[in-house]
Amino acid sequence: MPQYRDNAVVLRTYKLKESDRIVVFMTEHHGKVRAVAKGVRKSGSRFGGRLEPMSHVDVLFATGRELDIVSQVELIGTTNKARNDLDRLSRGMSMVEVVDQLGMEREETPHLYKMLVGALETLNSTDSDLVLGAFFLKLLTSEGARPELDFCVACREAIGELDGGSYYFNLENGGVQCRRCSLGRRVSGDALLLMRAILGGRMIEALNYDSGAASREVTELATLVMEHHTERRLKTMHTNIH
Amino acid sequence: MASPYSPPMQALIDELGRMPGIGPKSAQRIAFHLLKVPEEDARRLAQSILNAKAKVRFCEMCFNISDEPQCSVCSDERRDRTMICVVEESRDVVALEKTGVYKGLYHVLLGAINPLEGIGVDQLKIRELMMRINDAEPAIQEVILSTNPNTEGDVTAMYLQRLLAPFEIKVTKLASGLPVGGDLEYADELTLGRAIEGRREVGA
Ligand SMILES: [Zn+2]
Ligand SMILES: [Zn+2]
Repeated sequence: MPQYRDNAVVLRTYKLKESDRIVVFMTEHHGKVRAVAKGVRKSGSRFGGRLEPMSHVDVLFATGRELDIVSQVELIGTTNKARNDLDRLSRGMSMVEVVDQLGMEREETPHLYKMLVGALETLNSTDSDLVLGAFFLKLLTSEGARPELDFCVACREAIGELDGGSYYFNLENGGVQCRRCSLGRRVSGDALLLMRAILGGRMIEALNYDSGAASREVTELATLVMEHHTERRLKTMHTNIH
Repeated sequence: MASPYSPPMQALIDELGRMPGIGPKSAQRIAFHLLKVPEEDARRLAQSILNAKAKVRFCEMCFNISDEPQCSVCSDERRDRTMICVVEESRDVVALEKTGVYKGLYHVLLGAINPLEGIGVDQLKIRELMMRINDAEPAIQEVILSTNPNTEGDVTAMYLQRLLAPFEIKVTKLASGLPVGGDLEYADELTLGRAIEGRREVGA
């Protein structure tokens, strides 16, 4: 059987038959790959816990007739901190879900793989809701759907300096609206400030400014923009686990 | 594209394909097998499904499978009523009972939290667990979190841990030695027995 090797992040798994699982990977060079891991649910499986969602792995695949087979798995990084904390784990689940939605099977998307690996690393080192919102915003940008935050999407007037009051975000037009054109959902100046910092590559500044409430607002809004972009619901964002 | 099968055959394949772990290929294989078996065998299978559906239900206390309102564990006077072992499925009760080590009660959640599948707190018997703990007489002293050692099981255990933190209850988890990624029901009796004996308290 021909084999190939690739780095990958486990996106999700499905039970198959008695003790197997179908594992969905985002690989670095082969896009999304679905492969069978045999006996993985049995005690003493040679795969151990390496094929859980969010695991960063080096995989040897054997090309199968319908689905490829997982031959060997090596862990690359550790996501322990994120795994032992309910909030972080739940953010991580949303990260793998959105990449599963954006990725295409067998279509090489190294940027998706790299962004996911980076986001999972940040998740391990940083406990903030903003980590998830920032990941969504960066993905949207790479998809060519970067939200407009500087000009009103209705009248094109510059929004300029942000104050403490509220602004509007129009999902249909993918950006902010000024107070005169006030159409869309309300968004605070603080949240917009954070979004500008994230998209301007000033993540550390955003994390320092992070007030909790504003970062939750950013993540909520980024989720809506993402769902509007993919035309699909992010299940993890609507499932009550708190 | 029109189905290559007659409508009754296609209906059978569709129904079988809805079973957990059975894909379209397996569904076809089973359907063809069923067509070949003697009529009485097919009738017996159909009847046993209906019988089980009619007679087997969930224990009103712990949601273990039972043919009485309360399962054999809950109705056993000798069990320690101050301990609840929380598991995902009835299969796990069977696996833990085989070890012969545990003498307390169970609570079957009927699944695990799985955010990727949209299965959250409200889809499981978690509210029922909390009501049981609140009303328990004698009071519950210990809750053993025995969810599967995989991501869904971990999320579930972490959630319950958080929920139980305000109570004056010892919360424990099965000892390590259980293979990560594996299902509880596949663990051998020795390992599972040791895991429950060596359970450790978890911090809030
Ligand atoms: Zn305007
Ligand atoms: Zn019972």
